[in-house]
Amino acid sequence: MTVTPPNPPVLSVRDLHVAFGSTGAVHGLSFDIHKGETLALVGESGSGKSATALSILRLIEREGGRIAGGSIRLGGDRPAEITGLKPAALRALRGDRIAMIFQEPMTSLNPVMTIGAQLAETLALHRNLRGTAAREAARAALDRVRIPEPDRRLRQYPHELSGGLRQRVMIAMALICEPEVLIADEPTTALDVTTQAEILRLIAALQRDMGMAVLFITHDLGVVSEIADRVVVMKDGRKVEEGRTADLFSAPRAPYTRELMAASPRLGEGAPAPLPAPEPVLKVSGLTTIFGGGLFSGQAPAPAVRDVSLELGRGETLGLVGESGCGKSTLARSIMRLVEPATGRIELMGARIDGLSPARLKPHRARMQMVFQDPYASLNPRMSVRDLVTEPAALHGLPEADDRAALAADLLARVGLPADAVHRYPHQFSGGQRQRLCIARALSVRPQIIVADEAVSALDVSNARRITDLMAEIQQRDGVSFLFISHDIAIVERVSHRVAVMLKGEIVETGLTEQVLRDPQHAYTRKLLSAVPRIGRRPAPAVPRIEEPVFG
Amino acid sequence: MIPYLLRILVKAVVTIFAIVSVTFIATRMSGNPIDTFLGDGLTAEGREELIRYFQLDRSLGEQYLAFLRGALSGEFGLSFVDRRPVTEVVAERLWPSAQLLLASVVFTILVSIPLGVLAAIYRKSWVGSAVMVIAFAGYAVPSFILAIVMILTFSYWLNWLPVVGNGTALHFIMPTIAMSGVLIAALTRFTRNAMLDVLGQDFIRTARAKGLGEARVVLRHGLGNAGVTVISVIGLQIAGLAAAGSVVVESIFSWPGIGQLLVNSAIGRDYPVLQFGVIAVAVAVVAINAVTDIAYALADPRIRLARS
Repeated sequence: MTVTPPNPPVLSVRDLHVAFGSTGAVHGLSFDIHKGETLALVGESGSGKSATALSILRLIEREGGRIAGGSIRLGGDRPAEITGLKPAALRALRGDRIAMIFQEPMTSLNPVMTIGAQLAETLALHRNLRGTAAREAARAALDRVRIPEPDRRLRQYPHELSGGLRQRVMIAMALICEPEVLIADEPTTALDVTTQAEILRLIAALQRDMGMAVLFITHDLGVVSEIADRVVVMKDGRKVEEGRTADLFSAPRAPYTRELMAASPRLGEGAPAPLPAPEPVLKVSGLTTIFGGGLFSGQAPAPAVRDVSLELGRGETLGLVGESGCGKSTLARSIMRLVEPATGRIELMGARIDGLSPARLKPHRARMQMVFQDPYASLNPRMSVRDLVTEPAALHGLPEADDRAALAADLLARVGLPADAVHRYPHQFSGGQRQRLCIARALSVRPQIIVADEAVSALDVSNARRITDLMAEIQQRDGVSFLFISHDIAIVERVSHRVAVMLKGEIVETGLTEQVLRDPQHAYTRKLLSAVPRIGRRPAPAVPRIEEPVFG
Repeated sequence: MIPYLLRILVKAVVTIFAIVSVTFIATRMSGNPIDTFLGDGLTAEGREELIRYFQLDRSLGEQYLAFLRGALSGEFGLSFVDRRPVTEVVAERLWPSAQLLLASVVFTILVSIPLGVLAAIYRKSWVGSAVMVIAFAGYAVPSFILAIVMILTFSYWLNWLPVVGNGTALHFIMPTIAMSGVLIAALTRFTRNAMLDVLGQDFIRTARAKGLGEARVVLRHGLGNAGVTVISVIGLQIAGLAAAGSVVVESIFSWPGIGQLLVNSAIGRDYPVLQFGVIAVAVAVVAINAVTDIAYALADPRIRLARS
C-alpha cells in the first residue's frame, strides 16, 4: 500500500481556522489526502475534528460556526477552492465530488421518505436521472454496499431497517455519485462491534474498488488501526502529530498521543484478579421479562430477557456484554424492579425483592443504585448539584441528609470534584464530570450494589478511563459491587472480575473474565471478540455478504 | 394499518356512546322539562297528562334505554318550538356551519403554514420577530373584537362587505377571518416551533450534504416532517372550533349555522333541539378527530407501518 503517493493530493487543507462566535475550534490545521488513501483524524470530543469535517463541506456555517481563515482545496481535473465558493457551486460539489456520512444512522435519514426516494433525490440533482434509470442506479448503489434484497429496501422507510443497514444506506447514498472524497464522521461509533467490523470492512473494500480518498474521523484508536493509512492526532483544535498508522502506533512522538494510547482500552490488557469466593450480595434466578402483549398494545408479547440467572459477590464487578437490543438494559432494570419481571427470583442481601409492593420495596432500593449512559439527560438541569447528589439520601430519610451541604461536599470529594461545585448546576460541567455527579448521587445512600448501564459509553477514552478508575477506587474503599453493562468488551475486561455474555435475552456464557476472553466457549462470544478493533492489526480483506436481521 | 383504523373506529364509537349518555344525564339533571318549559298556569291534571305523554313517569333506566333506542333509529323527538323532528332542524343548520368551518380551516392553513416556515427560517432576523409579534397579537384579540372592528371598517365606513347572512361569497370574508384569527396565531407559532425542531435534526444536515438547495431542504425534508405534527394540531384546533368557536362568530354575523341554533335553543329552552344539537356537534368533533388520526398515520410511515 502506497503511503505518500507522488500524485498531487485530492484534498488539501492549509492553515485552517474555524471559529464558533469568538471562540476558536480549529487553529491552523493542515493536511493532505490522496486518491485511494484513508486519513484518520483522531481526537477527543472538543478537539475540533468534527468542526474540520463540517468545514470541508462548509456545513459548519449551518451549525453556527465559520471558517475564519486558511484554505481547503479540492484537486483533480476540476480544482476548486472551497472556502471561496458561491452557494450554487458549493451545492454542485456536495454529494457529487465530496460526500459525507455521519455518526447516527438512526437519525441521519429522513424518517418520512422511502430509502428509494432519498437515493433518487441525489441522482436527480447531480446526474439528472429520473424514473426507471434512477431506480436502477439506486438499486445498484444498494447492491454495491451489499444490502440484501435491494428492491425491497428501496420501498422501505428508515425505521424498518436496523442500525447497520441504515449506515449501509447512508454509505450507498454518499457514494452514489462516486465522489472523489468521502468524509466519514464517526460512522461506526453508534454501532455494535460486530456491525462496526462489517461497516469498516465495507468502507475499505469500496475504497479499493472506487479509489476515493477517505477522511475518517474517530476517537477510537482501535478503529484507526483497522482502517487508516495515515493518522492526524488533534487536540484543542491543533495537530499534535501526523504519521503513518503503523509508525504512529509503534513509536508515538507526541506525549498526548501516548496519553491517548494509554487511555484506550485494549483487549488482552488483563482483568482484575478474581476474588476468592466473595459472599453473594445479589442472586438472580430464572428471571424473565416480557414486553408487549397488552390488551391494546397491538404487539405480540416478546420476552426481552429469558430465564436469566446470575450472582454478584461483595466487592465484585460482573461485566455484562452484548449487542444493543440483546436485553442487557432490560435485565438491569428488571433487577432494579424499574421494569416488572414476569417470573424469576431476585435476592438482594439475602432478602427476596421480587413481588414486593412499592412501599415494602423502598428500603431495599437504597442498597442498589444505578448510573445511566447519558450524563446529559440523567441530571435534572434545574436542580443544583447539592440537591441532585443528596436527593436519594433525603428520599430515604438517612440521617446524613439533615445537613445536605456537608453530605454533598463529602460525596463530591469522593468522586474527585471540587467542593465549590455544590452550588453549581449540571450544565456547567463536562460529560465526564457529570458522570461523576451521577456516581456521587448513587453513593449518597451507601449502596451495596451499583448498576452501571453503559455508564462510560458516551465518554471519550480519557474520561472513560478516569471514570472506570474511579469505580475501581470506590470498590476498593467501600466494597461496593458493580454490575457493569457495556457493549465494549475491552472496557469490560478492564473492570470486571467475571463476565456474562448476553445474546437475544439469554446469558450464553459466563465465567471469570480471563477465562472467558482467553478461551471463549460459545460461538457468539468468539464472534464478539474477533470483531473488536485492535491497535496494530490489519483487517481481513474478505467482505462476506451479510444477512442481517431486520427490525420492523 | 387495518388494525390501526379499527382502533380508531372503536375509539370513536365508544366516545360517541359516552357523549350520548352524558347528554341524556345532563338534561335529566336540569330538572323536569315540563315545569321548566310550560311553567305557571298548568293544571295538575294537565301536568300529569303531559308527563305521561312524554313518558317521564317511567324510571330513569327505562327512559335511558328508550332514549338509546331512539338514538339508534335516528329518533330524537320534535322541537318544542316548531314541532318538526329535531334531526331536520339541526341538519339544515349543519351545512352552513360546515362551510364556514371549512373556509376558516383552508384560510388558516394557507396563511399560517407559510408564516410559520418563514418565522423558523428567519428566526434571527426582523422577519421572524415580526411574524411572531403579529401571531402573538392575534392570539390576544378575541374573535368578537376582531369581528366588530372588521364590521365597523369594511361595512359601516367603507361599505364594502355585507354583514348579515350567508348569501354570497362576499358574506364569507369577515366571518372566516374572525373565526381564523386565533387559529392562525396558534398554528403559526406551532408550525414555527415544529420547523425549528426538525431543522435542527441530523437528516437535515444529510440533505444539505447531498447538495440539495435550501428550498428543497426546508420544504421537502423540513416541512415534510414538521407537517406530521402540524396535522395533529390542525385537527385538534378544528375540533375545538367546531365545538365552541363558531357560536360567537355565527351570532355576530347572523350566520344560519348550528352555533346560532344552539344559542337560540338554549335561550328558548328548546331542549330536544339543544340535546340533539350537542350530540351532532360532538359526533362531528369525534369524526374530525378520527380523520386527523388517519391523516397523521398516512403522513407518518412509522405509524402507518407499525407492527400489529
